[in-house]
Amino acid sequence: MPVDYLYPEYEVIRNYDRCINCRVCERQCANEVHEFPENAGKMVCDSSKCVNCHRCVALCPTKALKIVKSDHTFKHNANWSGKAITEIYKQAGTGGVLLSSMGNPENYPIYFDKMLINASQVTNPSIDPLREPMETRTYLGSKPKEIRRDQDGRLINTLPPQIKLSMPIMFSAMSYGSISYNAHESLARAAQELGILYNTGEGGLHESLYKYGQNTIVQVASGRFGVHKEYLGSGAAIEIKMGQGAKPGIGGHLPGTKIGGDISRTRMIPEGSDAISPAPHHDIYSIEDLRQLVFSLKEATEYQKPVIVKIAAVHNVSAIASGIARSGADIIAIDGFRGGTGAAPTRIRDNVGIPIELALASVDSRLRSEGIRDNVSIIAAGSIRSSSDIVKAIALGADCIYIGTSALLALGCHLCRSCQTGKCNWGIATQREDLVKRLNPEIGTVRLVNLLTAWQHEIKEMMGGMGINSIESLRGNRSMLRGTGLNERELEILGIKHAGE
Amino acid sequence: MYELREGEFRNISGCAISGIFSRSGNRFSGRRIIDSMKVMHERSNGLGGGFAAYGIYPEYKEFYALHVFYDDTQARKDCESFIDAHFDIINLSRIPTRKTPAITDEPLIWRYFVAPLPTRLAESQLDEKEYTVRCVFAINTSIKGAYVVSGGKNMGVFKAVGYPEDVGEFYKLEEYEGYCFTAHGRYPTNTPGWWGGAHPFSLLDHSVVHNGEISSYDANRRAIEMYGYKCTLQTDTEVITYIIDFLHRRKGLSFKEVCSVMAAPFWSTIEAMPEDDRNELIYLRSTFSSQLITGPFSIIVGFEGGIMALNDRLKLRSMVVGEKDEMVYIASEEAAIRVIQNDLDRIRAPKGGECVMFTVDKGDE
Repeated sequence: MPVDYLYPEYEVIRNYDRCINCRVCERQCANEVHEFPENAGKMVCDSSKCVNCHRCVALCPTKALKIVKSDHTFKHNANWSGKAITEIYKQAGTGGVLLSSMGNPENYPIYFDKMLINASQVTNPSIDPLREPMETRTYLGSKPKEIRRDQDGRLINTLPPQIKLSMPIMFSAMSYGSISYNAHESLARAAQELGILYNTGEGGLHESLYKYGQNTIVQVASGRFGVHKEYLGSGAAIEIKMGQGAKPGIGGHLPGTKIGGDISRTRMIPEGSDAISPAPHHDIYSIEDLRQLVFSLKEATEYQKPVIVKIAAVHNVSAIASGIARSGADIIAIDGFRGGTGAAPTRIRDNVGIPIELALASVDSRLRSEGIRDNVSIIAAGSIRSSSDIVKAIALGADCIYIGTSALLALGCHLCRSCQTGKCNWGIATQREDLVKRLNPEIGTVRLVNLLTAWQHEIKEMMGGMGINSIESLRGNRSMLRGTGLNERELEILGIKHAGE
Repeated sequence: MYELREGEFRNISGCAISGIFSRSGNRFSGRRIIDSMKVMHERSNGLGGGFAAYGIYPEYKEFYALHVFYDDTQARKDCESFIDAHFDIINLSRIPTRKTPAITDEPLIWRYFVAPLPTRLAESQLDEKEYTVRCVFAINTSIKGAYVVSGGKNMGVFKAVGYPEDVGEFYKLEEYEGYCFTAHGRYPTNTPGWWGGAHPFSLLDHSVVHNGEISSYDANRRAIEMYGYKCTLQTDTEVITYIIDFLHRRKGLSFKEVCSVMAAPFWSTIEAMPEDDRNELIYLRSTFSSQLITGPFSIIVGFEGGIMALNDRLKLRSMVVGEKDEMVYIASEEAAIRVIQNDLDRIRAPKGGECVMFTVDKGDE
């Protein structure tokens, strides 16, 4: 039907004065945008296939390519945007659910950008991190309930198992399957080098990555793919995935085309079969069931590993977190509505869940008001974009943060939001061997280490500016934040004052 | 115009502190601490001064001594009926003062020697100290115009808006004899105008004088409020006092351990320690991470039978300790010690995070 033809949103512009017909762009594009028809004698392109990932632009030796937003437009309508119209055409043509990838790109408030950080002036000194110790070491886990001593009066170590981190940053769950082996290996190696942890996601753990176990969080999700005793015992911590910020309330779907040999073996499912994680855990229909799973996992690992429960930030997140804090879990991870995904129904990604800043502030306040904040550590996730986002999240009350998208960007992701196609030209969200090998784990590791080293420096600079020389004194220190352009209710939920107060 | 009271805003201040302690428990006049504070006049700005004195009520040493400020007689009536309902009042009187031109707008200042009513105490299922603490919190947060300044045994806090030496004259401090005095002169960056906001701050027999501005304030406050403390004054001294009470009285940590929590050694220092010490410090730092205090501070803590002093981990505030025979002198400036005892056996500046402690029985630890 002609109505189904949609003019491309982005156009590939080629400067023919520069193009030397080397056909690199053609070879690099898994979406087959570029070709060199014999009879044309020059490169031509089909912009309708372009996902705007910049692979061709970045590799063009003569800088002959750029991608621009099309000025093609529907008749202006403040209500019916071009996006709304084209999505209706797509669904009328296919009868399908719209799919998207990565985090919610819509225009909702970003509270991190409406909070400002304090600094010392006169009444107390700022501290120079180049001259004085500046500590970012973080322990995650439950705090002991009571102090005990031996007969000589020495303190007995009653500390439950903890995660020790050189800085309050971890790589969040991205499964082997949704991302490539080389991406996983880069994350694992970088985590080891940095003294932090990465997270397997729900796809199990490839046998050759077991050696990074001390820097690994092994995830148990509703599909239980790749979960067995050795897997549980191989990591430094176990995460139960109850929900994900990008798609609260639903499970996952890794299409059979991505379930090749290694992934099939790691997930323990037949090759070519779809890997469908159910929306709920079918053994958890309420909070008391969660408690049983927490303790089953602890039993299986002899109480040596902290257990994380990850939830999506939804409306009553603080009540849910309060239940989890009494469930035996050691750590709660909260994933905000901007969190990324390899694939999610567009409507859910763009309309379900709440901002991490509000969820985090609300959970931290709630746990404190109930006197159970020491039962758990809190990890905040869902679009942490910079070191200043981290400082703000910790001042709001997080012990640590997860990064996913930021880590993928460091590996080369250009946020084209087309992971669901499995044709990632950067070798990240794909299982096609020719594409995967484009991501060199050596280089990937270096880039991840660079990013977090730089962020750690920046965090130390900001802490020093506030006169704080240890990260725990920043945690929950909300007087170090002020809001701009926020209404009273927002300020109240965030627990901060307005700038100028 | 409505004037903001201490507690309704965050008031940060610079300060002078001083402490004198007799290790043999000999009692001496409060005159000496006034003289010590007078030298550091420049470190205060007349907006707050005060003293904590220990061993001053030997005849009532079995009883909690409540020092209370009242805005008016109605507040006194309300408070006294509350005290009467919860305690046996052994004695009550106005605290004697002398008129001095430098001290004005004084509230009604009363003193009560009390013992918890046995029936109420048993009913509460609390120990005597916790019962008393809760009663003090109840008065301070729910009885309008009444404020308990101190409530320990055989000790008391005397404070006011003014320079410390004038505050000492006002309270006739030279007429009291004790084995330990601590003092505070305040340089707040806001005008408090309310006597309750002056320092020392105390809870039971613990009193704290503090010089500095801690950068961890809100982290410390939000953590300690989880354990039932109410930070009504929004000052560093208040939150530090509660942290000490929480760690020492409620968690049973020694003062030395309390120091390793509040001014914890750096991880790099901990890693270099022998295994037992290292494990203990890792345990304390991870368990009580929310009680770590950062930013500049020097504090002197008075308690029954002892005195403790501590600097922040980077030693961002001055503090010196002098000793002569059984006497111990601690002050923000050496001059404040020399003026009352120039002939010292030794004098030193403790390192950042070093726990300086002296007790009547055993000497220093």
